[in-house]
Amino acid sequence: MDPEEFDREKERWLRDTYGPASEREDQFVTVSSEQVEPLYGPGDVAGLEYGRDLGFPGEFPYTRGIRSNMYRGRLWTMRQFAGFGTARETNARYKFLLEHGQTGLSVAFDMPTIMGLDSDDPMSEGEVGRCGVAIDSVLDMQALFDGIPLARITTSMTTNAPASILLAFYLVTGERQGASFDEMGGTIQNDILKEYIAQKSWIFPPRPSLRIITDIMEFCGAEVPRWNTISISGYHIREAGSTAAQELAFTLADGIAYVQAGVEAGLDVDDFAPRLSFFFNAHIDFFEEVAKYRAARRIWARVMKERFGASKEESLLLRFHTQTAGCSLTAQQPETNIVRTAYEGLSAVMGGTQSLHTNSMDEVLALPSEKAAEIALRTQQIIAHETGVPNTIDPLAGSYFVEAMTDRMERECLAYFDEIEAEGGVLEAIEKGYFQRRIADAAYRYQMEIERGERVIVGVNRFEHADETIDIELLKIDPSVEAEQVSSLRKVRAERSKAQAEDSMVELKRRAEGTDNLMPAIIDCVRAHVTLGEIVGVMKEVFGEYKERPIY
Amino acid sequence: MSDKKTHRVLVAKPGLDGHDRGAKVVARALRDAGMEVIYLGLHQTPEQIVQAAVDEDVDVVGLSILSGAHMTVFPRVVEMLEERGAGDIKVVGGGIIPEEDIEALEAAGVARLFTPGTPTTEIVDYIRSL
Repeated sequence: MDPEEFDREKERWLRDTYGPASEREDQFVTVSSEQVEPLYGPGDVAGLEYGRDLGFPGEFPYTRGIRSNMYRGRLWTMRQFAGFGTARETNARYKFLLEHGQTGLSVAFDMPTIMGLDSDDPMSEGEVGRCGVAIDSVLDMQALFDGIPLARITTSMTTNAPASILLAFYLVTGERQGASFDEMGGTIQNDILKEYIAQKSWIFPPRPSLRIITDIMEFCGAEVPRWNTISISGYHIREAGSTAAQELAFTLADGIAYVQAGVEAGLDVDDFAPRLSFFFNAHIDFFEEVAKYRAARRIWARVMKERFGASKEESLLLRFHTQTAGCSLTAQQPETNIVRTAYEGLSAVMGGTQSLHTNSMDEVLALPSEKAAEIALRTQQIIAHETGVPNTIDPLAGSYFVEAMTDRMERECLAYFDEIEAEGGVLEAIEKGYFQRRIADAAYRYQMEIERGERVIVGVNRFEHADETIDIELLKIDPSVEAEQVSSLRKVRAERSKAQAEDSMVELKRRAEGTDNLMPAIIDCVRAHVTLGEIVGVMKEVFGEYKERPIY
Repeated sequence: MSDKKTHRVLVAKPGLDGHDRGAKVVARALRDAGMEVIYLGLHQTPEQIVQAAVDEDVDVVGLSILSGAHMTVFPRVVEMLEERGAGDIKVVGGGIIPEEDIEALEAAGVARLFTPGTPTTEIVDYIRSL
């Protein structure tokens, strides 16, 4: 049956066979409120050309996967995000996770560290060690990785505005372990554009922030070749409430802006593009997510080749980490979150992710307990070793539904690209609140769908327990963590060479005021035991601070 | 209180936490319910919140905290409002607040806390009842 005949037959079927049957809902939509048809068939993929649009794994346009052998060669990295309290406590959790089969590390910092503040800053009060691990100096980073050789594992660090400094802490830590910079591999999130859009952990205004990023790209290109300099993120954009298509489009638009910034800074695209990486959400609508990842690969490969003229294959590959959707989890009946996370993790694997974090069931209530963290890791191991899903590459390819959704996702993404161009590009669009407005609108629409009962959240607006009691044990952060951290911070400042610290900060300021690469100066500050807040303080003096005009 | 009164509500995120999805949804729901909303945004200190609450002569201050700093911030805001002679301004909030901390916060003068899964209609109804 050719596509045209299918379309005619489908119309007949809809009218005569499907039509008289009843539908249980007024409409069938994805979690992004996109309409879904009762049936997909040849007519829905009539325009698809296998060679042009799908291709083979490891070959342009990489729709089916970036590596020729995908999970038959190497499973995705099981990289669970973790961090709480002091470096010593988090070090113990890292050892636990590595012993239980995790294959890469991922650091969650506390809010003061995320915002570039020392633990004794007035704004840090009550916040130290609560959302993640407190890191004030290189000595904390050394404690964090005590007994963990940085030459032998890779680490992702979720740090953005102060990423240059956390990277320097990591590199000097490795150096003090006896590793050289070129032996160390990992990622810094370092995606400042999405901070203004969604995660909101900024320090400096956009232009100096982009300068810091291009300095990092240049430095790592030469000195730390195994380092992924940006994890261009959609996760947070999605968590803030965007749709799947917006997550895809806004993330790739940010990516394009970074490539543009690198090129404008005089870098050769093939020198830095291979070390760009991505980070997507795995939300609960299974097929929509799979379509999103496949469309992402195809779009990025074409953009890098056609728009930026990249000639190295590695420059075209959209390598990504995925995290299952925190915003899909419920405080009610938290054990059901194990199920949500499992389906979400599965969609990421069926979408070809390179790395995966699966959430713990208790994360709406607290940071993960050890038991919940273990179950989350086991979830990935069951997908990997029991479900059979990794046995073949891109198993959902050829599904009429999945290919139609992939195409639709791509069309919607390109339409957003045009809109963003019309706004004057990403920086202009941020200024005008383009992203923030759309995210707030989507978040509100989603909430209203729930409150009107149009969207079911199991345990929350249907299948609830009348008297909800939480039976699981939750992680508690000891309030003494803050006092302990402040005390060791003061010790670091008291024991370092005052002259070395001051000289290094003077040189950093000089570079910040000019155009020389900041990284060597930051590394020297770090070696002198200058603290995170102090280094950021120098940079604030030169670059200023960002202030948002809130849109809701 | 009369049904006809227009409630003035300040919505703010104290401290370093940047997760403002919930605060924004609540602010919009209150606005759609006919209330006057002053949305202060992120990274507010208790001093800034209390100053704005007094300047704007609000009826209610709504705080959103997901960072675990609630036991420090909420009581500080309640205390400072009292010190400024604005103790009649009700403090409500939401975010990630463990069940066992809710009692302590209510004892410290927080009027009501709305935890994850609460419909915005419940928040609107509560404020209207004040």
